Amino acid sequence: MKNHKRLLGIAASGAALATVAACSSGSGGGGSTATNIPTLTGDCAKYQAYAGYSGKTVTLFGSILSPESDSLNSSWADFSKCTGITIQYSGSNTFESDLPVKVNGGNAPDLAIIPQPGLLQQMVQTGAVKKPPAQTVKNEDNWSAAWKSYGSVNGTFYAAPMSANMKTLVWYSPKFFQDHGYTVPTTWADLMSLSAKMAKDMTGTSKPWCGGIGSGTASGWPATDWLEEIVLSSQGGQVYDDWISHKVKFSDPQIQQAMQTVQGWMLNPAWVNGGYGGVKTIATTTFQNAGLPILKNQCGMLQQASFYEAQWPKGTKVGPDGDVFAFYLPPVSSSVTTPVEGGGEFVTAFADDGATQAVQNYLSSPEWADSRIKVAPGWVSANEKVDQSLYTDPIDKLSAKYLADPNATFRFDASDAMPAAVGSGAEWKAMVDWFGSGKSIKDVAAEIDAAWPTS
Amino acid sequence: MATSTPLLASSALGQAASTLLGVIEAIGGFIAILLIVFFIAGRVTGRLQKPLAILITLGPALLLVVIGLVIPAIETINLSFKNQQFLGQLDTKYVGFKNYTYAFGDSYTQHTILRTLLWLLIVPALSVGVGLLASLLMDRMTHTGLPKTLIFLPTAISFVGAAVIWSYVYNYVDPRNPQTGLLSEVAIKLGWHNPPNWLITAPLNTFLEMVIMIWIQAGFAMVVLGAALKSIPDEVIESARLDGAEGFKLFRTIQIPMIRNTLIVVITTVMITTLKVFDIVFTINNGNFSTDVLARQMYADMFVTSQVSRGAALAVIIFVCVIPIMYFNIRQLRSEREIR
Repeated sequence: MKNHKRLLGIAASGAALATVAACSSGSGGGGSTATNIPTLTGDCAKYQAYAGYSGKTVTLFGSILSPESDSLNSSWADFSKCTGITIQYSGSNTFESDLPVKVNGGNAPDLAIIPQPGLLQQMVQTGAVKKPPAQTVKNEDNWSAAWKSYGSVNGTFYAAPMSANMKTLVWYSPKFFQDHGYTVPTTWADLMSLSAKMAKDMTGTSKPWCGGIGSGTASGWPATDWLEEIVLSSQGGQVYDDWISHKVKFSDPQIQQAMQTVQGWMLNPAWVNGGYGGVKTIATTTFQNAGLPILKNQCGMLQQASFYEAQWPKGTKVGPDGDVFAFYLPPVSSSVTTPVEGGGEFVTAFADDGATQAVQNYLSSPEWADSRIKVAPGWVSANEKVDQSLYTDPIDKLSAKYLADPNATFRFDASDAMPAAVGSGAEWKAMVDWFGSGKSIKDVAAEIDAAWPTS
Repeated sequence: MATSTPLLASSALGQAASTLLGVIEAIGGFIAILLIVFFIAGRVTGRLQKPLAILITLGPALLLVVIGLVIPAIETINLSFKNQQFLGQLDTKYVGFKNYTYAFGDSYTQHTILRTLLWLLIVPALSVGVGLLASLLMDRMTHTGLPKTLIFLPTAISFVGAAVIWSYVYNYVDPRNPQTGLLSEVAIKLGWHNPPNWLITAPLNTFLEMVIMIWIQAGFAMVVLGAALKSIPDEVIESARLDGAEGFKLFRTIQIPMIRNTLIVVITTVMITTLKVFDIVFTINNGNFSTDVLARQMYADMFVTSQVSRGAALAVIIFVCVIPIMYFNIRQLRSEREIR
């Protein structure tokens, strides 16, 4: 297997050398690849740009698991059938730790779907990441400048954004709201007064808010989202960017102020944890279970991303007149225009053979995004060129509306962009301590700042 | 979709077939090489015979130890003196003992080390204590099948499985709601109306996690110590009884000294397992809420939070701690063998 690959590599580099030689001698005969490209006809004609690599296999590695990975496989089935390129996708729920091990062991996949800009930076620093082909770079107009910058390292564009998710959402039960005469808040002050009103109306373990930050090795991440949304919507994009690069520390008054806001919201004993008990239960409740009390009217609202849609039990109707729906989390400060926090994935190449680049180009095209949207709901593209009318799911529509808004202050999940020692280490742990052990804001901030890598 | 599914299935099948073929090829090749080596070795006579025999019998084991243990150990020790943050990082340099001074100076890691020591003191002592008690009680019993099986059964369960089982026992639900955790339910029925959230209440949670380890290890201790107790000759016990030794005195002055070596081997074996405890802590709380131990922190440093060199330093610390126990363990095993 390995020898086979090496031989291919030698053959490929040999071909490249031959091409270079052909070009420099000016014979003008064209590369050997040009003559071999078959012409695709009929339904396959639209894949002509990717033709010429029939019989090749491209390995793709990511954190997406079944059933969502099945939707991915269906989305490129036609592409594979027409071009003859087999895309072999494998997913892992420990992707973040598996990928560096694979790359370090010389067993890198051809392409990887990396969900964290921080991990992308790390991978680029190992020297294993290949620059994207010209066509993928040309597709740059498909993404907003912010998205492109998260796929870049030190100003060089490496990885094309793929899917996007919207984090600035609050899940609620439209029926419950209607029965009690609550209206969807549009300002932070409204949200706070609604929470206070709900707290007065509810009894027992029922509370206006619920939350859960348990998530195995990643326990703590939902709380980082809460803090990030408050930082972005109260302090604005610049402070947010400086916060990621540690120019603004966690101990900085601006971040401390945001933490105070979170303290008065998700750590407020009168407001949480609906259906589960006291504040500390947030630390032990899994993020998957966090919102389920909404269905039993034991919890009023849950702040969680668009992908939480997949957690509702089968048969739950999602929509403005359904069992659950979501509204846009109003910004803390009116001076920040439509703050939107999101996450997403980036297609990163560890190989630069023709077939890999063909797949890379295809995945960066709006045609592929359209194809994926058609397969199944629950998926929004970061690509601005996609046909917005294809979205059928109400949450997808809502998310796409904010993600594609050119005036929105879009920022990527900060903890995913921070160095891993903080973003997937100290900050997660500190959040768990904050919610679970009642640590003070000052100590939480000091704990995270101390873990920032020095070199 | 309909067309793509059989395509995928057939390619997966083809892949499986080629993998299987590869495995058969490899095993066949391995056997062929072995046969050739043995054939040649069998024909060699004279001066070369003995060194060749040593090489053939010792060689493969030595090779595997070097590849699987020695080289990674050297690599890890080397890594622990660098400033590497993630796997494959290019420009790393040596920073001397910085990672070690960090490990012993950082208050979080200090607590981790202290907690690991606590595990090391409590778990082997209680596992052996419970195991010894059980084997003593059952030493002269007639129907020991059921109790022995019940105590030994947990030994057959993986640490992760045991941790999952116990996490249900320790599960916390607000007392106003129906309970799902056994421990909370029992506590409430006994009149403790507001039991704590067991797994996030430090330091209680560490001890609750130790219970899981003891539950697993006690069966092992019971079986080995039970066999040792059985092997004490009846004459010795009888003559001791005639001399007036009964009950605890008999146990302390006759039985314990007679099984001393086995006792030490069991204690050190449990100690080594405890020092490496990872699964239980990882599964129950992922080291959160002040339950972290060295092996879990090492794993997180290496694979989750990109602090590879710090993780390597922790690995070396664990390694250094295991060596003396290991040495003691092997020496005891040897001396026991000499007595026999």
